[in-house]
Amino acid sequence: MSQITPEIIAQHGIKPDEYTLILEIMGRPPNLTELGIFSVMWSEHCSYKSSKKWLKTLPTKAPWVICGPGENAGIIDIGDDQAIVFKMESHNHPSFIEPYQGAATGVGGILRDVFTMGARPIANMNALRFGDPSNAKTRHLVAGVVAGIGGYGNCVGVPTVGGETNFHKSYNGNILVNAMTVGLADKNNIFYSAAAGVGNPVVYFGSKTGRDGIHGATMASAEFDEKSEEKRPTVQVGDPFTEKLLIEACLELMATDVIVAIQDMGAAGLTSSSFEMASKGGLGVELDLDSVPMREEGMSAYEIMLSESQERMLMILKPGKEDVARAIMDKWELDFAVIGTLTDTGRMVLKRHGEVVANLPIDPLAQASPEYDRPWVAPAKQPVIPAEQIEAVDPVSALKTLLGCPDLASKRWIWQQYDHMVMGDTVQRPGGDAAVVRIHGTNKAVAITTDCTPRYCQADPHQGGRQAVAEAYRNLSATGAVPLAVTDNLNFGNPEKHEIMGQIVEAIKGMGEACRELDFPVVSGNVSLYNETQGTAIQPTPAIGAVGLLDDVNKHMTLAFKAGGNHIVLLGETKGWLGASLYLREVCGREEGAPPPVALHRERRKGELVRQLIQDEQIVACHDISDGGLLVAVAEMAMASGIGASLDAPASVPLHAWCFGEDQGRYLLEVGQDDLVAVLEAAQEHDCVARVIGKTGGNDIAVGGAAVGVAELKATNEGWLPAYMGGEMSGH
Amino acid sequence: MKAAVIVFPGSNCDRDVAVALEASMGSKPLMVWHRDTQLPAVDLIVVPGGFSYGDYLRCGAMAAHSPIMQEVKARADQGARVLGICNGFQIITEAGLLPGVLMRNAGLKFICKDVFLRVENDRTDFCRYYRSGDVVRYPIAHAEGNYFVDPKTYREMEDNGQIAFRYCGADGAVAPEFNPNGSLGNVAGVYNEKKTVLGLMPHPERLAEDLLGGADGKLMFDSLVEALS
Repeated sequence: MSQITPEIIAQHGIKPDEYTLILEIMGRPPNLTELGIFSVMWSEHCSYKSSKKWLKTLPTKAPWVICGPGENAGIIDIGDDQAIVFKMESHNHPSFIEPYQGAATGVGGILRDVFTMGARPIANMNALRFGDPSNAKTRHLVAGVVAGIGGYGNCVGVPTVGGETNFHKSYNGNILVNAMTVGLADKNNIFYSAAAGVGNPVVYFGSKTGRDGIHGATMASAEFDEKSEEKRPTVQVGDPFTEKLLIEACLELMATDVIVAIQDMGAAGLTSSSFEMASKGGLGVELDLDSVPMREEGMSAYEIMLSESQERMLMILKPGKEDVARAIMDKWELDFAVIGTLTDTGRMVLKRHGEVVANLPIDPLAQASPEYDRPWVAPAKQPVIPAEQIEAVDPVSALKTLLGCPDLASKRWIWQQYDHMVMGDTVQRPGGDAAVVRIHGTNKAVAITTDCTPRYCQADPHQGGRQAVAEAYRNLSATGAVPLAVTDNLNFGNPEKHEIMGQIVEAIKGMGEACRELDFPVVSGNVSLYNETQGTAIQPTPAIGAVGLLDDVNKHMTLAFKAGGNHIVLLGETKGWLGASLYLREVCGREEGAPPPVALHRERRKGELVRQLIQDEQIVACHDISDGGLLVAVAEMAMASGIGASLDAPASVPLHAWCFGEDQGRYLLEVGQDDLVAVLEAAQEHDCVARVIGKTGGNDIAVGGAAVGVAELKATNEGWLPAYMGGEMSGH
Repeated sequence: MKAAVIVFPGSNCDRDVAVALEASMGSKPLMVWHRDTQLPAVDLIVVPGGFSYGDYLRCGAMAAHSPIMQEVKARADQGARVLGICNGFQIITEAGLLPGVLMRNAGLKFICKDVFLRVENDRTDFCRYYRSGDVVRYPIAHAEGNYFVDPKTYREMEDNGQIAFRYCGADGAVAPEFNPNGSLGNVAGVYNEKKTVLGLMPHPERLAEDLLGGADGKLMFDSLVEALS
């Protein structure tokens, strides 16, 4: 065994005090294989050591929650013995280093988290953040990430139904690729990862193990420097065809009664899957690494344990059921091997070439990993900027600027590269408030959204955390779906910096408040820290993925105007909040000010009202008001239909603030003449502010004495991304 | 009508087309695994979309040589109707059931969107519920749908009514701006000489139900049921 030097320890990302703890746990110096195992298990990525203390404060329970955080994915009950399994997970670091494979394997990993639990994946989503469009790398990263997501998702045959994409210079050196999968399971046939049954076989199946991705989890737990490009070999390579086989083989196997526990091999591969399964079951494991199917010869125990080769699974079988499982794997032409047995020792014993090469206690590694209460400081509050102190640009020209800016420009160029219709249940395709996917063979549907407004989180992570959850709630409600639960993907910089840790703490507090108030528990999640390059951090980005349920899919609501001559009703109060708005950034070139506050108690009432109006068929279109404010939302409803609108702006609020203010908790409703009174009365009953602000019709959007054609707006909105990706412009 | 759907390990539109077939037929089609060497007696064989064996090689090239495709070819020779959709079109073309070849899209990207198609020949079992010149809307979802065939064969195919669909505008105009993938003559689907085999890149099964945004595709399955029952 080679000598463990301080340099080797540092290369493994292990801090000196952590190494002292390792010596205590082991009672002797670890060998290199053991050190490697500690390093991945205790990496931020696997251990959540900086965030655990705060994640525990999030609400995770509700009567409809079957399984909260801690398993491969969260599970909620949707009635009729059916369950929805979902989670969002980041693949940020690898996607920056190698965008196609990084993004592709991000999709593969999150799919496995979901089907591992017995669910058939029915929809994928993704939340992407890229650097400034004028940055030399951005175009290449967008092209690679989108192709990677499409290349993987299209082949496995799971529709990619929506998501979000932002651009900001803070992501120049650290893009974010957050992928979410939603799956459908039989509530009575869910699979967990806790090992059980001393003597039961530990079985490996899927792809062979190669030398790819070694130390991926450790890489994802460190800042980038100028040498990050050299980390390309730590990025895994995906094989979506094998993933497709794995999905079918797993589901076929799960229909038999042979599995005790099952877990995919994700970050930290065989190490984390075997440790987690054994730890959850309170057992030990003995593995014969010679039996692991290998892609290349001469792999060491260290390499086998730390490989992050994709499309691999680990399971515990009931005794004597190996042949049943093997036959199914043979049918799908997947590797299958019994690689060990469960023991009662509480230790992980690894053998290679007949010799014990590692012998580690399981619990101290898996469950007793370090947990830090990192020092933090609350970020300084930004001043509230009154609308009067913000330049008033004429609404038509500002609207055109906003609709053509990178954040609001149509993302058609992206989602047209994703098969968003395969499986034949996509009722609302990308481009709406939320995707709506029918539960196959039923009259039910789930609505799915991902949301976060990083510029709010930068200005005030607490409000930003509240807002991300509230916006997800609104987007689901706008389709008519009852919001059920949340998965979170927390992307931040280096938690060892007090200000960054302050962002994490405040954002989680804000999210927790919103989730509690809205009965919207967090059931799964992922944390990605160290998104920094040469000391510069990303904007805090706590991305929220959320799922809601529609009992009657035929009543799902869309945002497109349906006819001319209808009333446009604005639900919620408009004070004209322009601080931290898109208008301030894109039109005035200022990134400052406090973001709009979120009034959670009113949020819930408005959501309930909107869903009731949809249920009662009293409105014909609905859209939540978010980035860019009211006029942008009206334009989106118009562009989706080709039907224009004329608006009456009140005198009480400056016109630019009324048009582009981002006051929270607002929806636009399209209401026919016959339903107007009932809608306004229902609003009053729910104690919600609602007023008619205009009418649909014509080919223009008219406001404040100016007008612009819907077709012209659409051309502006659709034009930016294809032109940018075609290299016609270097940014904005 | 009895129908079979061939299932390769990487097929992923097999369920979708089975759902559409069942809605038109009133009964489920038979699902036939790629390793089977025997096909049941059926009137229609569907080769669905997906990624057959991963398609890391040229799309459909490996699947075309699978045991089940030998059987599909034999049945096609005996007069069974064969419908290849998307990857299925690539497979049956590679297998020689149809002339031509499908190349990488001109734009080099995977494209998923609704397109308009002009029906070119309504005198077939697949299109009897359409009229020639009708404009229908089906989705496409492919990276390799750029159809090509040598000029002589192309003229013969046109003369023989073997062009099934062309990409067009909402008004039926066939023009380059409506061509999503660079296909020769905006061709979206073609027949064999006897019009018993149809291959097309767009997916009729994806818009066969109003809730999903349209039902133009349903008429193809209704046509087949009408013709083959």
